[in-house]
Amino acid sequence: MSLLDIRNLTVEFATASGKFRAVDGVDLSVDKGELMAIVGESGSGKSVSMLALMGLLPWTATITADQLSFEGIDLTKISARDRRKIIGKDIAMIFQEPMSSLNPCFTVGFQIKEALRIHLGLNRKERHERAIELFDQVGIPAPESRLNTFPHQMSGGMNQRVMIAMAIACKPKLLIADEPTTALDVTIQAQILDLLLRLRDEQGMGLVLITHDMGVVAETAERVQVQYAGQKVEEQPVKDLFRTPRHPYTVALLNALPERATSKLLPTIPGVVPGQFDRPKGCLFSPRCQYADDLCRSLPPTPHSAEFGKARCHYVEKIIAGELA
Amino acid sequence: MTAPIVQASALARFYTVKGGLLSKPATVKALSGVDFDLQPGKTLAIVGESGCGKSTLARVVTMIEEPTSGSLTIDGVDITPSKWAQMRETVQIVFQDPYGSLNPRQRIGQILQEPLIINRPDMSAADREARAREMIDLVGLRPEHYDRYPHMFSGGQRQRIAIARALMLNPKVLVLDEPVSALDVSIQSQILNLLVELQERLNLAYLFISHDLSVVKHFADDVIVMYLGRAVEKAPKEMLFAAPRHPYSKALLSTTPRADPEAKKDRIKLEGELPSPMNIPKGCAFAQRCWLATEECRTAPPDLSGDTHQVACLHPLD
Repeated sequence: MSLLDIRNLTVEFATASGKFRAVDGVDLSVDKGELMAIVGESGSGKSVSMLALMGLLPWTATITADQLSFEGIDLTKISARDRRKIIGKDIAMIFQEPMSSLNPCFTVGFQIKEALRIHLGLNRKERHERAIELFDQVGIPAPESRLNTFPHQMSGGMNQRVMIAMAIACKPKLLIADEPTTALDVTIQAQILDLLLRLRDEQGMGLVLITHDMGVVAETAERVQVQYAGQKVEEQPVKDLFRTPRHPYTVALLNALPERATSKLLPTIPGVVPGQFDRPKGCLFSPRCQYADDLCRSLPPTPHSAEFGKARCHYVEKIIAGELA
Repeated sequence: MTAPIVQASALARFYTVKGGLLSKPATVKALSGVDFDLQPGKTLAIVGESGCGKSTLARVVTMIEEPTSGSLTIDGVDITPSKWAQMRETVQIVFQDPYGSLNPRQRIGQILQEPLIINRPDMSAADREARAREMIDLVGLRPEHYDRYPHMFSGGQRQRIAIARALMLNPKVLVLDEPVSALDVSIQSQILNLLVELQERLNLAYLFISHDLSVVKHFADDVIVMYLGRAVEKAPKEMLFAAPRHPYSKALLSTTPRADPEAKKDRIKLEGELPSPMNIPKGCAFAQRCWLATEECRTAPPDLSGDTHQVACLHPLD
């Protein structure tokens, strides 16, 4: 049994101009100690699907799923009260912008101790000791004095470490890191990624890494799923994905990376990700796909077998065989 | 070799920040002594982490701020604040955030005409409109976009508008301050291609400011690596990426994630963070994070030395 099992998750937002489907039938499973990466461009629904799991979406969102289970407990069937005992304790999340996710009115020490008090019921002295221990663990120098600082007094890298310390405070079994390094410089990014990997190895937690940076994925993840416009279009182990991407979108995305460029002009993907009003009827990638034909434009494809990277494409076999060019 | 369009020597910019009630005002040395030449039709990339002074350099070169010391020559003219108004036509800037840099109340046509209204007061309205429509076509937007507002565009299209606006006065130099870092990969490649095409067609010189080394490797001709307001390494792109000589450049290259899971990982882990620019160490600014630092490094900052591949280090790598 996997740690996290999501089947056919769909999230719809009620907007003034009708329903907007941000996540469309996404499956995701993560095992204990596994590092799963979700990649996709903005608007691909990667953050929203994880926020849905955490129950952090506003009331305008309608969440439906065949299964949304964590350690065999279906999170859609339990009460909000029971859910809150799991969220923040067994499932924790690191958010993208440390500067805006921490509360500017309280010291970081107060904020980290809050989780320890509510979930673990430690007393004042134990909380203080555990907070120092956590700061030390994430590599914050002089942890004791740092507990009394406010978020604005520290750099982005330090604040991100505070976020990580808060997330791992209750030794979660599953950690969701939503773009944990996007706001940081590369030397700090390397430190944070190493820290996450080390914590995963030490505590055996499952890790879901949400990112748009293919470099970060290549260097850290084990399994990758690619999302496009709310759908999962491909899933493969990381080496296979970079060696033999199956879905035309993944192929185009990898080719557009400057480091894979062979000439001064980069290969591009024409057009943009479809929004609420120009959602195509068939395959969501068809307006931008070089292989698209009438079938693609009328009938949404279903995912292939694992051998073909579970690619959501009508022609994946033919493209691999080189019959379409 | 043609004459450089921009020449900077010992360019520095300090800011004074007020101390508290009892403390003395402090000086932030955002940029302390940078030299470079920029040739027409070439791209000079400035890379470094946040706080290294790359955006300050952009502001000084675009004449938004006056340098504290040092000299700046643009198109053969020695720049002093009295020449700013006249010379700003030559140097234009494209900002990082295409959502914040366009006025949401102006239509695209107005946005593009604004530089002409200010700088070419004699131009007729019909000529201005013709010029704006021409520019819309040049940057790959459609004619019907002329009457739309910025919120109707995606990030990539907005960046095209920002580039179009920067080109309205026929500048010779374009300062690109992280022009693609707010964009998705598929859009990023479209904008980079547009910039390459425009450079070829208009013989523009680019000062390309970025922290993304994979983009710089693809796009630049020469690269300056900056650390705490100083250039630590300056070299043609091929030489820098093949064999970085400054320990900081080497660490920066090694920590940049590569999109190849089978590549060898030999990351150099740097301890700590950038020191505060209010309190720059006496010697080499990088000494406290450097694994090669000796006593000598901590006494005096080394200067850039070398011919084409310049490095400011007492123990350069080979």
